[in-house]
Amino acid sequence: MSQIIVENLQKTFKVARRQPGLWNSLKSVAHREYKMIAALQGISFQLNAGELVGYIGPNGAGKSTTIKIMSGILTPDSGKCEIMGLIPWQQRIEHVRRIGVVFGQRTQLWWDVPVGDSFDLLKDIYKIPDKQYEKTRDELVVSLGLQNIIDTPVRQLSLGQKMRCELAASLLHQPPILFLDEPTIGLDAVSKLAVRDFIKKINKERGVTVILTTHDMDDIEALCSRIMLIGKGKILLDGTIEQIRNKISPERVMTIDFANSPAAISFTGVTNVRGDDGRLELHFNPSVISATELINRITANNEIKDFTVENPPIEEIIAKMYSEFKI
Amino acid sequence: MKAYLSIIKLRFALQLQYRAAAFAGFCTQLFFGFVRVMVFHAFYFSSVVIQPLSLQQTVTYTWLSQAMFRMLPWNGDAEVLKLIRTGNVAYELCRPINLYFSWYVRLISLRIVPTLLAGVPLFIIALFFPAQYGATLPVSVLAGLAFVVSMTGALFLGCAITNIIAISTLWTVAGDGVQRILPAVVMIFSGSIIPLAFFPDWSQPVLRFLPFSGLLDVPFRFYTGALPPSELFPLFLLQIFWIFTIIGLGIWLLSSATRRVVVQGG
Repeated sequence: MSQIIVENLQKTFKVARRQPGLWNSLKSVAHREYKMIAALQGISFQLNAGELVGYIGPNGAGKSTTIKIMSGILTPDSGKCEIMGLIPWQQRIEHVRRIGVVFGQRTQLWWDVPVGDSFDLLKDIYKIPDKQYEKTRDELVVSLGLQNIIDTPVRQLSLGQKMRCELAASLLHQPPILFLDEPTIGLDAVSKLAVRDFIKKINKERGVTVILTTHDMDDIEALCSRIMLIGKGKILLDGTIEQIRNKISPERVMTIDFANSPAAISFTGVTNVRGDDGRLELHFNPSVISATELINRITANNEIKDFTVENPPIEEIIAKMYSEFKI
Repeated sequence: MKAYLSIIKLRFALQLQYRAAAFAGFCTQLFFGFVRVMVFHAFYFSSVVIQPLSLQQTVTYTWLSQAMFRMLPWNGDAEVLKLIRTGNVAYELCRPINLYFSWYVRLISLRIVPTLLAGVPLFIIALFFPAQYGATLPVSVLAGLAFVVSMTGALFLGCAITNIIAISTLWTVAGDGVQRILPAVVMIFSGSIIPLAFFPDWSQPVLRFLPFSGLLDVPFRFYTGALPPSELFPLFLLQIFWIFTIIGLGIWLLSSATRRVVVQGG
């Protein structure tokens, strides 16, 4: 039985439209033009407990809309969404008790008071028993390294510190499901790593189901066992990183450092050869020619110093997917 | 219930930080209090008609309104308005708590704290001004009690009206519209500018029935003895009627707004 069931979800926004300029502003007073924007056009998927899913797609694809529907904020036009047996927008209060949400571009902490006060308030809002609250809070403080900032007013925190506090705030009530909407947006490398490690940890150790939207492909590569690609309000791909990689671009890249000047290389399965005399970059399809066979054939005629085999970077895959689906 | 109390507590602590604002408010209210008292003096001494309130009653009423005007629904909670405008309201919507009342209780401290910080000291000082220029104590203990009860009703009524300002922001985005119209209406019809007793006779039944009289005029008339304490019961019932009506309206507006809510940006 899936923990999260989404079926054929649809949502359209009505947006007031106006051409720029004073004359058009005046015109729009008398007559308003609206444009219907179909944010979601039939989204379906199912998630099991304990999955860590990357929900990706370009800006405006409908990622945040889906997250907002699943967290009970928005009501869809039609379709089904059942999370642990509840319909988010109908049984909002019971539902939100069991989920944690972080919107990377917003804040849930009270700006002018120390972080700890915001946590205490959440304790009362979620009616967390004292003992359980203290234990969870202390664990979160340690694993997110908040010891020195919990007494600081939020307005004085850096973005990275704030995001770690947001994560802690979303987990105080120990939700089995966590929605993260761009949790690494704007963070520096160190903070990103800290956030990533933490997400991985709570998923592994506590079995929290995590749905993560992001534009940072390193997040995806480091965290997600499964990816859902959304574009123009539809799910275009759903699978593991490997599956998607193979589907979009089965190519591997072999980089070879030669000791001699190599002769021209052309084998079936090798699609692209780049580089200067000493170093060559070969793109090859492992289902046509395996890496071992390729290197055997090359070493038969050449002397090589070193070689590596890599998957194409995930950025390239994603860029390729976006252009392939024209989104 | 505990969650609401915690929100009030946190807001109280926050509001107590604004001491400079309270002091500035105190000075402004003191100055304009004198101006208004002088205007009433000029009015009383140049008029031969018998006025509905005695000069001393009017002066006390004026100082009360200077001290208590922060209890009026004259502004929205800046933080709630910001939540809505920036879309942070998304977080409010994913809490297991009633949104209407979580805003409502914030307003209680928005009204009480500045009144305690600036209004109450102002009124105490006004008690020491010379007769006819300063305020007096309530005309009797019962009048004082009636004032307290009626003022409590005024607090809850004021918060219900203020919440309408916040909720209207969900519909109009900017929220300035209601935010600007409502205070003007409130100031005039609550008796904050001129005591309602000075309005034309034909308008009295309407003014008395409107919710705004319960914000200021009714408690002040108990205090100054213009109304006998025995009138408390029906007038308190009227306040309660309006409190429930306006809270009901707010809840209805909020629930229809959240059904069509669009969270701004990202």
